[in-house]
Amino acid sequence: MTAKQTPLYQTHLKYGGKIVEFGGWLLPVQYSGIKAEHEAVRTKAGLFDVSHMGEVTVKGSDALKFLQKLVTNDVAKLADNQVLYTPMCYPNGGTVDDLLIYKENIREYLLVVNAANTDKDWKWIQENATSFDVTLANISDQVAQLALQGPLADKILAKLTTAPLEQLKYYWFWPEIEVAGKKVLLSRTGYTGEDGFELYCVPEEAAELWEAIMAAGTGDGLIPAGLGCRDTLRFEAGFPLYGHELAKNISPIEAGIALFVKLDKGEFNGRDALSKIKAEGAAHKIVGFEMTDRGVARAEYPVLVNGRNVGRVTTGSYAPSLDKNLGLALIDAEYAKVGQQICIEIRGKSVLAQVIGKPFYKREGKE
Amino acid sequence: MNIVQGLKYSNGHEWVRVEGNQATIGVTDFAQSQLGDVVFVELPEDDIIVRAGDGFSVIESVKAVSDIYAPVSGKIVKVTIELTDISELDDLMDADAYERFVAEGGH
Repeated sequence: MTAKQTPLYQTHLKYGGKIVEFGGWLLPVQYSGIKAEHEAVRTKAGLFDVSHMGEVTVKGSDALKFLQKLVTNDVAKLADNQVLYTPMCYPNGGTVDDLLIYKENIREYLLVVNAANTDKDWKWIQENATSFDVTLANISDQVAQLALQGPLADKILAKLTTAPLEQLKYYWFWPEIEVAGKKVLLSRTGYTGEDGFELYCVPEEAAELWEAIMAAGTGDGLIPAGLGCRDTLRFEAGFPLYGHELAKNISPIEAGIALFVKLDKGEFNGRDALSKIKAEGAAHKIVGFEMTDRGVARAEYPVLVNGRNVGRVTTGSYAPSLDKNLGLALIDAEYAKVGQQICIEIRGKSVLAQVIGKPFYKREGKE
Repeated sequence: MNIVQGLKYSNGHEWVRVEGNQATIGVTDFAQSQLGDVVFVELPEDDIIVRAGDGFSVIESVKAVSDIYAPVSGKIVKVTIELTDISELDDLMDADAYERFVAEGGH
């Protein structure tokens, strides 16, 4: 399968993006540099192309009933124009994907899934829908998505719309407003740990929308931001990435996001298995750690305690906002306490680290 | 991009400066710019024997881990820089900045 280009591919080349393949897509890993882009998103603003994300619509009289069965969080709690983050599990409790659900009304929902999982999810969603009165559509190719993230995102976007942005609260959306003269779905969401917006538009208008936002924000320090800093930003903010902290064999409970599993909402895929894991305690847990000795942990490096393998690193990196080498690891629950000494095996050598709390970074004023 | 005359270069983007029977080895400016922000360097120990093509050192950027390959065979006689805190490099000047520094009087 050849990797796909987003509608912004030429734009990335124009802005000096260094293109890599990710989840079947050709996207920029960086433009000016991961550290500079990371810093811009934390202190000013960054603009991301996230058009690779998949979108599925669920419509019909059984839409809510179906989604309640499909995902672990409680979709019934959503008001119109509200967004929900939720894992989606297999009956054995393993994770199919994690996604956002946008509720337009009781009969119409939009699901936004991970790019690398779109085909798998689409198949899974269809298989699960057979006994429900719902109409499904995979509209991934008809939607482009930009993410404007950072403390100045609000100020920059306000130059391009008459909509009262201060009224759009975190995890709420407007299904159709105008930004720079283009019709967009606008949500106050993101994957960076900062304030920010995600804008969904038709692919044909994505490049013009990008240029309009860049023009409005350059004076405030807005720069284009690539996948590299998207990963370091989400990692510091403690957000799991599917394929790393969440997977077919890692349940949301083990991943430490049990908060998004509502066992009391009624029957759903994985409920029995997840109830059991919760009652008995997860055998493995995702923990945060800091390298106390010199070295950078990377995904898949073994984790050792007293020379014995107790797990593996799921994400490891230099963390630009903390100026430390940090990581997330899936390890035996008995070693998951903050303060526990562990070793990361780096190229055959045991390097000291210590379990620390998550998230590593929390923006000011955010509880 | 800075490509220094008088050095030998490998296709793995290492440079070599030969003086007598000693070779000084480094990573080219181009390779460093391709790697992006370098956050960690693991240097070899003294006295180890390397053959041309051996990965004998490691350089890490935020996203990538890359081997540094020995461009020539020999014994490591001295590891000249021990980088214990890579962030100290941020405080130093690159060639352009140094040129400006000198032009402005050098202090």
